Amino acid sequence: MGKVVLVTGVARRLCGRFVRRIQRAPDIDRVIGVDTVPPEQHLGRAEFVRADIRHPMIARVLAEHAVDTVVHMDINGTPLGRARGGRAMVKEINVIGTMQLLGACQKAPAVRRLVVKSTTNVYGSAPRDPAVFTETMPPKSLPSGGFAKDAVDVEGYVRGFARRRPDVAVAVLRFANILGPSASSPLAEYFSLPVLPTVFGYDPRLQFVHEDDVVEVLLTAAQEPTRGTLNSGTFNIAGDGVLLLSQAARRLGKPTVPVLLPAVTLLRSMLRTAGITDFSPEQIRLLTHGRVVDTTQMRETLGFIPKFTTAETFHDFAVSRGPGLLPPERLAHAVDRLAAVLPKTASDVREQV
Amino acid sequence: MADAKVIPLDEDTRSRRGPARPAGRAAATRRKSAPPGQPGLTPVPTEEHSEETTPRRRGLRRAAVRPDDVWKNAVGVGHSGDTAEPAPEESAHAKPSLPLPVGMLTTATRTAAAAGLGGVMGLGGAANRLFGGGWDRKVAGGLAFLRRRITGDYEVDEFGYDEELTDQVLMSLLRPLFDKYFRVEVKGVENIPSQGGALVVCNHSGTLPWDALMMQVAVHDHHPAGRHLRLLAADLVFVLPLINELARKAGHTLACAEDAQLLLGNGEVVGVMPEGFKGLSKPFSERYKLQRFGRGGFVSTALRTRVPIVPCSIVGAEEIYPMVGNAKTLARLLGLPYFPVTPTFPWLGLLGMVPLPTKWTIQFGEQITTDHYPAEAADDPMLVFNLTDQVRETIQHTLYKLLVQRRSVFF
Repeated sequence: MGKVVLVTGVARRLCGRFVRRIQRAPDIDRVIGVDTVPPEQHLGRAEFVRADIRHPMIARVLAEHAVDTVVHMDINGTPLGRARGGRAMVKEINVIGTMQLLGACQKAPAVRRLVVKSTTNVYGSAPRDPAVFTETMPPKSLPSGGFAKDAVDVEGYVRGFARRRPDVAVAVLRFANILGPSASSPLAEYFSLPVLPTVFGYDPRLQFVHEDDVVEVLLTAAQEPTRGTLNSGTFNIAGDGVLLLSQAARRLGKPTVPVLLPAVTLLRSMLRTAGITDFSPEQIRLLTHGRVVDTTQMRETLGFIPKFTTAETFHDFAVSRGPGLLPPERLAHAVDRLAAVLPKTASDVREQV
Repeated sequence: MADAKVIPLDEDTRSRRGPARPAGRAAATRRKSAPPGQPGLTPVPTEEHSEETTPRRRGLRRAAVRPDDVWKNAVGVGHSGDTAEPAPEESAHAKPSLPLPVGMLTTATRTAAAAGLGGVMGLGGAANRLFGGGWDRKVAGGLAFLRRRITGDYEVDEFGYDEELTDQVLMSLLRPLFDKYFRVEVKGVENIPSQGGALVVCNHSGTLPWDALMMQVAVHDHHPAGRHLRLLAADLVFVLPLINELARKAGHTLACAEDAQLLLGNGEVVGVMPEGFKGLSKPFSERYKLQRFGRGGFVSTALRTRVPIVPCSIVGAEEIYPMVGNAKTLARLLGLPYFPVTPTFPWLGLLGMVPLPTKWTIQFGEQITTDHYPAEAADDPMLVFNLTDQVRETIQHTLYKLLVQRRSVFF
């Protein structure tokens, strides 16, 4: 008999993709999607149950369907569309929702496996931190609020759950910034601005993970581990390599406007009032100090090799968003034209590029 | 024994230094032919300006042939995120010495605007110098470089180390300082292995960490295998705007066991100054007296990664800013570990930040291997202390030896 998988937060696009993908996996019998609002996109054969994970009702859903694998993806930084309330609501779903869900899981003897989508935000971003975070490193400055704090709390509850139910395999996946053609994250929104405001004097290192890889790694974690790998524990998930913000802006073809750090808060409130975009304080910290995680555990223990590197992920994202104000091709062409003016050098430039 | 031998020597050099100074300066003046005026503190950048106004214009006139938009893109809007870059892009192929970067770097520590300005002014001089022999190839190389930079088509490692930028730009900016200003003599650089990890441990002095940067140039330019030194820097470096950006791009990272271990594990040459701020901020009267070497963390890291330790001694950096006082209250107010008071510094403002042109020697000592210790040796405090002491003694003795050999502070 196959497995029964329960996925939370299916109204989100990425989660919907995962639900469609996991149906095609072998020995998966049924997939149950849970959310408070019906998903916009089609979920395939999956059954949608309209339920709120903040209510004890979720325990009934678990028992009724004899769920053995729970994939908890309803941990988000931003509210979904306009349907739900602001930041307070998101926090409630993240924290209270996780508590209720874990409480329900604890009482459901059939549950054998739990996968939690977390974020590398839990490491915070500070100048006094090591350059590369491994899973075991405690952050020097714990995130003080916002989504990062939620994620830290959620991970705390998950650890408590893992202690109380040692028979359940628990995987916590800490994702770097998720980008891709359809991903809608605060960072994607930031990169969609025509001109990118940056923090003056800082060039953060960024790491991205492609949404395709997100779906695949969740699948790896939700199934039985393959030989020689272990899929319970905490793992950093990120594409190889690093992009600097300045580099990303150039590849995207967007001009940058450095803003002095004290003025950033002002700019933030201005942008928010204008309704263009909203930077959270943790996003500003990320765009100041950057963050890079070590992915050795992901490769060696989890046995997952991402298909996209950070640069490839960003390229895929850039292609999907269309050219910016200063497309790199045009700049390259301008340099070539310049080289052509100086007769002898033209061939040399092309040769060296 | 060492002390007994050394103290008279130290006094000797000191007494010699007194009278030698005016003579030395006179000679320096003769050699440079540009009179440095009072207390040996020539405002190098300013001097260079006047000298270069005309050539710069010429350079720009030539540049005017080129499509204008490119330059606007390169210098202005497009990449203002990277203040240091647009100018260096041009000067990259102008290796010949420009003392201008000195000024640029020192001002960069104070005001960003000044740094940007200095960079832009670098364009003209750089362009001028490159129109020598074989300039077409250089221009082609420069344009290819420019093309890669403005399209973002380059790689950085997980520490943010931008190898291309470091090789082409940052090192070229430091090189004049290394070759012409401090006239650094490098000895024993072959003691750094040609491959695999190594931990270079060095004394730290001179109020501002010029010694670390010079050591980086020394390894970069003089090592037969062209190795890159990855420096471990204090956390203050990564708090300051602009400085942190440049430091990361030059391959520096935070001095912590995790980063050091990762770098050494990747087979990099890592440079560390275990004295830290204690060494940098010691008064002039205590020059060449090594301070406590932290808690020996660098030794346990070397033991853990089983890489050799290369002791390194730098002579000359102590005298670049003779620190006569430390305004502790001001430092506390500004959140700095110390606030140096030199005969010139707060009084002459930015000009006071021009280092004295002392003559430097960087001596890399023989490797101290660690691979014959068992794996658990890193957790043996006695062994760690002994090794720390051994490294410290080696550096201290080499310093004394070099001081004896030194003719004067400025030559």
